[in-house]
Amino acid sequence: MKQRVGLVVGVGLILVWCLLPVVWIVSLSLKDAVAVTNGSPGFFPADGAFAGFDNYRDAWGNDQFRRAIINSLGISLISTTLSVILATLAAYAIARLEFRGKKLVLTTALAIAMFPVVALVSPLFDMWRAVGLYDTWPGLIIPYMSFTLPLAIWTLAAFFREIPWELEQAAQVDGATSWQAFRKVIVPLAAPGVFTAAILTFFFAWNDFVFGITLTSTEAARPIPASLSFFVGADPFNRPASLLAAGAVIATIPIVIIVLIFQRKIVAGLTSGAVKG
Amino acid sequence: MSAVAPPVRDDQQREKPSPGKADRPEVSDRARQEQRLAQRLVAPAVVIMLLVTAFPILRALYLSFYTYSLTSPEDRAFIGIDNYVTALTDGLFWRDIGVTVLYMVVTVGIELVIGFAFAMVMHRVVFARGLIRTSILIPYGIITVVSGFAWQFAFTYQNGFINGWLPGIGDSFNWFGETTPAVIAIMVSEIWKTTPFMSLLLLAGLAQVSDDMIEAAKVDGATWWQRLWRVILPNMRAAIMVAVLFRALDAYRIFDNIFVMTSGAVGTESISFLVYRQTIEQFQLGMGSALSVLLFLSVLLVAFLIVKLFRVDLAKARGEE
Repeated sequence: MKQRVGLVVGVGLILVWCLLPVVWIVSLSLKDAVAVTNGSPGFFPADGAFAGFDNYRDAWGNDQFRRAIINSLGISLISTTLSVILATLAAYAIARLEFRGKKLVLTTALAIAMFPVVALVSPLFDMWRAVGLYDTWPGLIIPYMSFTLPLAIWTLAAFFREIPWELEQAAQVDGATSWQAFRKVIVPLAAPGVFTAAILTFFFAWNDFVFGITLTSTEAARPIPASLSFFVGADPFNRPASLLAAGAVIATIPIVIIVLIFQRKIVAGLTSGAVKG
Repeated sequence: MSAVAPPVRDDQQREKPSPGKADRPEVSDRARQEQRLAQRLVAPAVVIMLLVTAFPILRALYLSFYTYSLTSPEDRAFIGIDNYVTALTDGLFWRDIGVTVLYMVVTVGIELVIGFAFAMVMHRVVFARGLIRTSILIPYGIITVVSGFAWQFAFTYQNGFINGWLPGIGDSFNWFGETTPAVIAIMVSEIWKTTPFMSLLLLAGLAQVSDDMIEAAKVDGATWWQRLWRVILPNMRAAIMVAVLFRALDAYRIFDNIFVMTSGAVGTESISFLVYRQTIEQFQLGMGSALSVLLFLSVLLVAFLIVKLFRVDLAKARGEE
């Protein structure tokens, strides 16, 4: 009994820890912009300072913000797709084939995962300007791929090792063509792993900030985290908190949707490949 | 944010022979074919990974020996190790290294304790698992910049709630006015966002500790505290060390939260932020490159020290977990 009470308290603490700041940013986004400019402390909007969805309308009505959402979605989805395709090939080789340099590939991936991203800012800034990739979608997609590949390779290799590949031969013995065996047996077994790797990769790309601020200069390619941080409003010393909060909530919605639908897969991916994005 | 912990399963897993492979005479031929196919499969990934890391860092090494400013690119000139001398003799560099190490040690220490407590709860709990899993993934998945904003606004006296909630702190206390409180605010945001990841890694480690062993210790009369320190923790040492290594290296690169919450003001600047400022704000590519190289080397040093100090055996962690 005592233990059960302890557990309930523990679960309560975990939920408060995880959700309180989220509730807070939503609450802040509902505060009236004028009230916020003049100062409106407190967790919930004060009496008369409740703005309803005004801030959301303003944020969504802002061209820069909408462009940034489109940039982020496009860049993240493209780099996720490309990265997962390349990682699937590499992970298949690592999990299934014997070859020299396997250790080297895994070590390289590990080293890149630990790489201090900011150290690349200076040379990449210079290189991208020289080759015309500065402030373009490909200019961000390429570094995103480099930095999500390790995570995708580790996760996928961990998943692929678990697949009972003998089933492919078994199906062929039973009369399936090799294409049928691959499509009907291997693809359904591998798909969850590929999918999980894609989610983790997407999270990384969506979250990136360093490349987002250093390799872009206009709304042509600037992704949402960078755009939020540059949005200072009229007074740089008094940022439009409630408007930014509304923007932040909008930027968080894709993450929440993915988490709600795929929570089990994400945890499995994080702990089996033990990966962080 | 891109630490990848090594896979729980090992990579020297036995290759399952293809049918007929073993009893055919041209084994070496097949092996060579397999070799070539494998290398072709990994090549694109390796090229992309190196394109944006190895090549630029070599380029940074080259540029670091020049004085090179974007505001006057024609004045680019070779100056040997002057950039390094300037950086290493400047108090700012060492102060930023100190602040960065402080961020790393404090946040990882606190995350380890809270993350372990969360993992214990999640390990035992039999109800609401989906709800807990969903909640714990929200901080993990949320954009760091958003976390930074949420906490920055929470701490401000103009619109926040923390001054009102914390006893003994005046309503108009400015958290971002001096170093200590500003550093604390940044750490809170960092810890909030990354503790869930730590707890998930520790939860995976906790699942490896056999219940029989804990039960046996209980039968032998070990207290809860003894079971924790003598049975549970030693048996998940590998998992803890891997989690610490990767979180520590991640924390050492702290940048996003500082950018959003203080822009490096009042002594909250980390070494990553210094590199950024030199390059992007001051256009000093030569000096920025030298600092990039120093940042790169310091990350290597930190990784080496952690591996040595805590005797993290990556291969062992990979093979045994």
